[in-house]
Amino acid sequence: MPRPTAFHDRTFERCKSLLYKEWAGCYAVCRYDTYHEREYYALRHAATVMDATPLYKYELRGADAARLLSRITVRDFSKFAVGRVAYTTWCDEAGKVLDDGTVTRLDDRHFRLTSAEPSFAWLHRHATGLDITIEDTSRELAALALQGPRSRDVLTNLIGAAATDLRFFRALPTRLGNREILVTRTGYTGDLGYELWVENGGAGELWDAVFEAGRDHGVLPMGLDALDVSRVEAGFVLQGVDYTSARQAWIERQFSTPYELGFDWMVKLEREPFVGQDALRAEHARGPSRRLVGLEVDWEDFEALYDEFGLPPHLETMTCRLGVPLYADGGQIGQATSRTWSPTLKRYLAIGTVRADYARAGTAIEIEVTVEYERRRARATVSKLPFFDPERKKS
Amino acid sequence: MAKPWDAIVVGGGHNGLVCAAYLAKAGRRVLVLERRHVLGGAAVSEEVFPGFTFSVCSYVVSLLRPWIIRELELSRFGLELIPLEASFLPLPDGRSLCRWADPGLTRDEIAAFSKKDADVYSEFGRAMSKMGQFAKPVIDAPAPDPTSLRPGELLKLLRLGRHFQDATPDEIELRLKLFTMSAVDFLDEWFESDVLKAPMSVSGIIGTFLGIRSPGTAYVLLHHYMGEIDGAFRSWGFARGGTGAVSNAIAESARHFGATIRTEAPIERILVENGQARGVLLENGEEIRAKTVVSGCDPRRTFLGFVGADHLPDDFVEGCKRYKYRGSSGKVNLALDALPQFSSRPGDGLHLRGDIAIAPSTDYLERAYDDAKYGDFSRRPYINVVIPSTVDPTVAPPGKHVMSCFVQYAPYDIKEGPSHWPERREAFGDAVVDTLAEYVPNIRELILHRQVLTPWDLEQEFGLSEGNIFHGELSLEQLAFHRPVAGWTRYRTPVQRLWLAGSGAHPGGGVMGTPGALCARTMLDGGAV
Ligand SMILES: Cc1cc2nc3c(=O)[nH]c(=O)nc-3n(C[C@H](O)[C@H](O)[C@H](O)COP(=O)(O)OP(=O)(O)OC[C@H]3O[C@@H](n4cnc5c(N)ncnc54)[C@H](O)[C@@H]3O)c2cc1C
Repeated sequence: MPRPTAFHDRTFERCKSLLYKEWAGCYAVCRYDTYHEREYYALRHAATVMDATPLYKYELRGADAARLLSRITVRDFSKFAVGRVAYTTWCDEAGKVLDDGTVTRLDDRHFRLTSAEPSFAWLHRHATGLDITIEDTSRELAALALQGPRSRDVLTNLIGAAATDLRFFRALPTRLGNREILVTRTGYTGDLGYELWVENGGAGELWDAVFEAGRDHGVLPMGLDALDVSRVEAGFVLQGVDYTSARQAWIERQFSTPYELGFDWMVKLEREPFVGQDALRAEHARGPSRRLVGLEVDWEDFEALYDEFGLPPHLETMTCRLGVPLYADGGQIGQATSRTWSPTLKRYLAIGTVRADYARAGTAIEIEVTVEYERRRARATVSKLPFFDPERKKS
Repeated sequence: MAKPWDAIVVGGGHNGLVCAAYLAKAGRRVLVLERRHVLGGAAVSEEVFPGFTFSVCSYVVSLLRPWIIRELELSRFGLELIPLEASFLPLPDGRSLCRWADPGLTRDEIAAFSKKDADVYSEFGRAMSKMGQFAKPVIDAPAPDPTSLRPGELLKLLRLGRHFQDATPDEIELRLKLFTMSAVDFLDEWFESDVLKAPMSVSGIIGTFLGIRSPGTAYVLLHHYMGEIDGAFRSWGFARGGTGAVSNAIAESARHFGATIRTEAPIERILVENGQARGVLLENGEEIRAKTVVSGCDPRRTFLGFVGADHLPDDFVEGCKRYKYRGSSGKVNLALDALPQFSSRPGDGLHLRGDIAIAPSTDYLERAYDDAKYGDFSRRPYINVVIPSTVDPTVAPPGKHVMSCFVQYAPYDIKEGPSHWPERREAFGDAVVDTLAEYVPNIRELILHRQVLTPWDLEQEFGLSEGNIFHGELSLEQLAFHRPVAGWTRYRTPVQRLWLAGSGAHPGGGVMGTPGALCARTMLDGGAV
């Protein structure tokens, strides 16, 4: 059975729908109301607060912490300054992606790594001979994602003017009352936003303080359903949905490389050896055979398929994680793995993987649509990610 | 001399801007000339009092076509829509009804008034949605011309016909009723409770000088069920930053595609030579020539004002004169010190995050109409209230609020004569506040600032003839084949190279964008520009 997070009392008080699901062994709210839309709109127009505690968290301490991270992930952390945060991914020896997460440098000797799956053993495996201690704080550290265009105002009410100076992907250790908290300007929504990290004991207080600070800013608690819509708009891949971790993959085609997932920009090949380096070098030289891409379904065409049946177009309002085939030139060329109607863009969007020769933005392909149990195809266009990228995210 | 413009668009209302954006997107050189200092026409946001941004006229967005949002990339240019949470009906006796997006909750609320209506409500919604599906192709395409035998026209008629043929006898009967009955009579056939009939019937009379018992008003109800897929039919929403944000996003898009937009550039005349539009004359005497002229203003202003009857065939002039405006509504915008407290549902809550109807009974609405019939504003009017600051913190300082009140009836033609409206303006504002006070006892103490717009003001300030909010009544005989003048429904006008792109063209008023988009499409398809 899942376990409650340190915010559970607070979320439970507000979760009218009683809809929770399991996330990394914890209870996580799907949506607070019958529908998730209000949370979605609050995210895009005001600000929302989400319990992000279930993420796995590891504290890496010691002189060799940066060396370990450079050795096991695709990025180079040797010159990574204190107060910075980075998104990164890591692979097995064959250069196949295991997981993705963020790295924060809290001080000279202290880094924090987050991941979607447990990574303790794996970190240890590569730490032999290094001056480092690895502590699993997954269950001791609580996290709140404060996201949305008003999040900066809310944060300013909470911690003062320092909030305004905190730049994109930077961290700020600060205090709330007599508690230490860490604020990072990160998130999974593609909007202006922050994540707040605190010891479990301070969780309730933090939650209350954030809502108090957000009282005049329309702050709402948000669950995973709204997050799932926003992360597709933001073009973020989800491990286990848009790709399979090398830990879970069973057959060759289920494995992915960072290049296939569009993580090219992270991979730094020419440096000290790191896990998967040789394989990635080869992959880089060869070029990936598939690519993760954004897709936009042609709405008029989609509507016409339903019209044939005398039906108005129908879509789930939530992100659908049921993969469907993609076609071009008479054959299957890939699959769409996350699909969502974007209420902001008024577009039917998907994230999928296609053969590399179909991956250029603008390429016309087809996506399978089932109407009244009959299979049909609608036109779709490959497009760049992210779909939604407001200026405020980085400003 | 500089290269002449391919098109001059007169009026930077949202339709004029949409038309300009489409023409520019197709590579044409386009100039928009707007009289006021801000863009948007009736779809405008203005910081009327420091810190308080009002959606001065239009206050909710529902029909803005998603295909226009996509094609003009309006999200990228700043458009964000926030759906309304509920429809709240406070009653003077302390009871109230809230209709929510959640069908279960709504059913419980209605059941407190009528168990039967609680069931029927969802059946009604289904029936109307089916009808809306049939009507949608009509509002998304130029009105079919039934007298034309061109293959394209036949196809369009067939398309409508096919939907007609699929209909069951029940559905056909429903359609006929919609076209002939009054809103109340139509709703009487479904519901027994006045708390549903009163607020629902109002949609049939918005922007007309008709009562809820006038025949033909049933059809307009349908417009409420023509929403898109955003959460079933919850397509009513606020634009973040006020309704003007819609116009600003369209203007940004138009500029992005290369259009030039000038504000404070009122035109005096459209230059017509040998039956052809050649350009415009600005009030400051400046003359600008163009291959085509598009008017985003209403038909009266366009034809009888800018063009002049001399340049038009007599029967067309007659048609223009017959076309009814009869503005019947006003607007009161309030800046509030705190959230208003409704005595029927005190405190903050989701009921304040939707639209709030002051429409306690059908008799109340009929009495409101009676006042207007005799040339006065309603002592106790129908008011549609929204408080957008509850979901959009950008429109008011923290903790403060803006309250928008759309008020009907306020007849343009008051008995003293329209030009006497300014003397009655504050009395009209008082009637609105007095009415509100019956539901929100402390409303007077909360009001920091008040803006009152009468139909006269709508005409003088926004250029809406007789203060009609839709560029002419949206009544049955002024829709589709007949808008604005029979025989001239396809954005063309009797003056060659002059086009009509405003709400006076098919499919009509509201912040929809369709007249502008379809006008541009028709011009481009026909090689007119
Ligand atoms: C009080 C009120 C409330 C409303 N509420 C809603 C609502 O909630 N939802 C909804 O969907 N619709 C609503 N409407 C209707 C909707 O706002 C209009 O139908 C729509 O905005 C009209 O757009 P348009 O572009 O066709 O014309 P307009 O907005 O009228 O644009 C015409 C433009 O031409 C300009 N102009 C006039 N004369 C000249 C000149 N001589 N030279 C240059 N430019 C000139 C005007 O300034 C104006 O900008 C409301 C309207 C009003 C008045």
